[in-house]
Amino acid sequence: MTLDAPQPTMSNAAGVDGRDAASTPWVNVAPLMSTRRRRNVGDAVFRALTTGAAWSLVGVVVAIVAVLAWECAGAMRTFGWSFLTVQKWDPVANEYGALPFIYGTLVSSLLALLQAVPLGIGTALFLSEMAPSWLRAPVAFLVELLAAIPSVVYGLWGIFVLVPWVRGWVTPWLADTLGFLPFFQGPSYGVGMLTASMILAVMIVPYITSVALEVFRTVPVAQREAALALGATRWEMIRMAVLPYGRVGVVGAIMLGLGRALGETMAVTMVIGNRPEISASFFAPASTMASVIANEFSEAASDLYVQVLVEIGLVLLVVTMLVNILARLLVWRVGDAAAGH
Amino acid sequence: MTLRTRRHVDRLFTLLGVVCTIALLVPLALIFGYLVARGVTALNFEFFTQLPKPVGEVGGGMANAIVGSAILVALACVIGLPIGILTGVYLAERGRTAAGSTVRFCADVLNGVPSIVIGIFAYTLVVLPMRGFSAYAGGIALGVIMLPVVARTTEEMIRLVPTSLREASLALGVPTWRTTISVVLRTARGGILTGIMLSIARVAGETAPLIFTAFGNQYWHGGLRGPISSLPVQIYTYAISPFDDWHRQAWGRRARADDADRGHQPVGPTPHARPARG
Amino acid sequence: MRSIQRLLGFLVVAGALGAGPAHAQLQLNGAGATFPYPMYSKWFSLYTSVDPTARFNYQSIGSGGGIKQITEQTVDFGATDGPMTNEQLAAARGPIMHVPTVMGAVVLTYNVEGVKTGLKLTPEIVADVFLGRIVKWNDAAIAKANPDVQLPARDIIVVHRSDGSGTSYIFTDYLSKVSQTWSDKVGRGTAVSWPVGLGGKGNEGVTGLVKQTPFSIGYVELIYARSNQLPYASVVNKAGKDVTPSLESVTAAAASVTDMPEDFRVSITNAPGEDAYPIAGMTWLLVYQKQSDAEKGKKLVKFLDWMLTDGQKVVPDLHYAPLPPAVATKARASLAKITAPDGTALLGK
Repeated sequence: MTLDAPQPTMSNAAGVDGRDAASTPWVNVAPLMSTRRRRNVGDAVFRALTTGAAWSLVGVVVAIVAVLAWECAGAMRTFGWSFLTVQKWDPVANEYGALPFIYGTLVSSLLALLQAVPLGIGTALFLSEMAPSWLRAPVAFLVELLAAIPSVVYGLWGIFVLVPWVRGWVTPWLADTLGFLPFFQGPSYGVGMLTASMILAVMIVPYITSVALEVFRTVPVAQREAALALGATRWEMIRMAVLPYGRVGVVGAIMLGLGRALGETMAVTMVIGNRPEISASFFAPASTMASVIANEFSEAASDLYVQVLVEIGLVLLVVTMLVNILARLLVWRVGDAAAGH
Repeated sequence: MTLRTRRHVDRLFTLLGVVCTIALLVPLALIFGYLVARGVTALNFEFFTQLPKPVGEVGGGMANAIVGSAILVALACVIGLPIGILTGVYLAERGRTAAGSTVRFCADVLNGVPSIVIGIFAYTLVVLPMRGFSAYAGGIALGVIMLPVVARTTEEMIRLVPTSLREASLALGVPTWRTTISVVLRTARGGILTGIMLSIARVAGETAPLIFTAFGNQYWHGGLRGPISSLPVQIYTYAISPFDDWHRQAWGRRARADDADRGHQPVGPTPHARPARG
Repeated sequence: MRSIQRLLGFLVVAGALGAGPAHAQLQLNGAGATFPYPMYSKWFSLYTSVDPTARFNYQSIGSGGGIKQITEQTVDFGATDGPMTNEQLAAARGPIMHVPTVMGAVVLTYNVEGVKTGLKLTPEIVADVFLGRIVKWNDAAIAKANPDVQLPARDIIVVHRSDGSGTSYIFTDYLSKVSQTWSDKVGRGTAVSWPVGLGGKGNEGVTGLVKQTPFSIGYVELIYARSNQLPYASVVNKAGKDVTPSLESVTAAAASVTDMPEDFRVSITNAPGEDAYPIAGMTWLLVYQKQSDAEKGKKLVKFLDWMLTDGQKVVPDLHYAPLPPAVATKARASLAKITAPDGTALLGK
């Protein structure tokens, strides 16, 4: 899309089309020519830089997979695929199975998303569309503050404040109202899958909200006004103009939050109960892949033990990849559905 | 639907929006209230300028942890920011191709890797060959954690810049690369800074990867090739100990660090309020 | 905003250039057990007045971490609550010595309404509770051991460690000795497959969980229970006597071990002494017998010598139990084995 400088040709100079060399105005195109070369060089360099940066990111991921795979080769050989389906965790007998941790990671992250996405998007919409403009900056700042709190602090707050509240108020209420579902049955200790998902939700909400807020703010005024001009209420305007425009960006925000949830370690390990068991109830204690690595890695004495933990790290990487692929497919479906009609 | 119904629905969603925002801010208030209640007694001048004292002795501070964290974050930025922003540009411009999708996919995967795994990675690649813990290893680990956050938010923000701006610049004869830098990035500046803030906030609070890389240090570090202290590791060490004085310091450290993080103010379309200092 | 940026920039540059106290000191790095960390931190601080040219930097990353780091030689010394196994020792580049430092007690702390202090437990009860065989607080066995106490008819919520730890090692070592079922089914280790219970991270995590969860019971180091004002139970020892955990009963446990091995890798749980507390453990520093750096080695040996003499005097101040004098003397003698790379002994230099 760049303009081409006028090219001097032999025909011009020779006066082939009826004009001779003397009467044709000589446009000195030499400086323009050198600009064109410089432009190409600049573009080439920039392209090289961005491509290099992008592929070094890919290189980092490949390196991580390679390092992990190399370190846990022994464990992979020992257990094979059954590692992913066995429910056992015995460091003394050196028998290991990762299934409870996979379950724990997936369910806690999913539950966290279920809580964080409506909350985060709701807040972002409120701040960008409904709140008075003087409120936006301070509240957005406070939300970002949530992201600055370290995991450890979340964990400690979780144990001392959230856990008693969950045990004393939340789980009894859930058991009363939704107790017919197997998810809300069984004894509640305060620590467990539900509490972990709540802490995760609080931790990932700032990512979703901040990015979604930026996305919504850049929806062109023209789009909004068009909807309003057609007689839409504010909510309808949001639904018709803002959300569709920002859909892709919002999905990006959600992926960011999901990534954080899958890998979150410290806070989860303090409130999830750390029991490598699968249970239908959300009240029950559980364990995640990240938390078992954090808990046991520094003390892992035998080689096989260390390798098993590294293998769990690798499994987590793969699970993250699969979840990402799934999310992308979902977006395409939703995108097709919305665009096609 | 009648107009009245539509109006009711509208009001309902407004209310939901308010509820969401409040629900979000409640935990924040609770956590901060808790922090302040437990830690405010520990904040004094000594706290910011002294080295930690061993247990049983009242006083001492976290000066080395403050400086250590700043250094580690700076090292992380050296790795994470240039590569992250350039990757973001790549994704925004060529993200729809197969290659671009691969890169985006890798960024999302990297985002989901637990920080402790990245710590193990940095340990294997940096600490073992160097035969020792160092600030470099810690900086590399944090930089790798930062990368995907910066890359993805940069990409999203660049995507939001209207194409017309870009086309206008190119129509004026500005080279492509110049357009990207002076027009697109400048316009997306605010959002990109938000992404950078988020990533700095995230790495500043990371504990697990630093335990295997930067290791921690009670004293001033002796150059970047040796172990270095950092706030989250120090907090974690104190918090898991049985001593009250250390707990107080841990909470005080947390309150101080949050303010320090907020000292970076993003410039751009969304000016944020200045936090109270101290 | 700009001034903050400048200030931070200045801090970073200053820090990077190594602003701080003089570098005439030699820094030695160590890593390992969390349990003795407060004691080590106090020792290292006191020691700077004894030898101002040495600085000791210790990070408590866990006993297993200490073993791993010293094996990989990324630190100058390690620390562990659970002794290294023969396989682990074989994996190191050279012989590693265990130097005993202090001892501690693992206590059973509980949160039962109406039972403030004075719960008595027998080894069988402890094992059965953690095996999941005793499930209620008013179980016949517990009631029999505590005839004067009003026990509620509630479920026992067991709390154990979720992370690998020397504390767990000591506790499971004890359980393996007193219960054949435990030994067959679970065994001993820094991390085991717990039959029942919730996992808390670190001593702090277990303390927090027990504090917050009514009708729970867990095991922690003595110091944690004391500083959090949690009640802890007395346990019947091997000699049949009901012993309350304390510094004295822990020291008695170590003193009653008659055959202290040459390398000090000993378990003092379920010790035979009359006044011995049965769930006690020793903690060690790990050093290479042949040091790779003569200067650092010299300073290290000098510190160890001080630690085993003057250092032991301040141990009770922090509620740890000092080594019995016989053990300390024997350990001092073993320091003579530590040599520089060229083979000369470093003690007394």
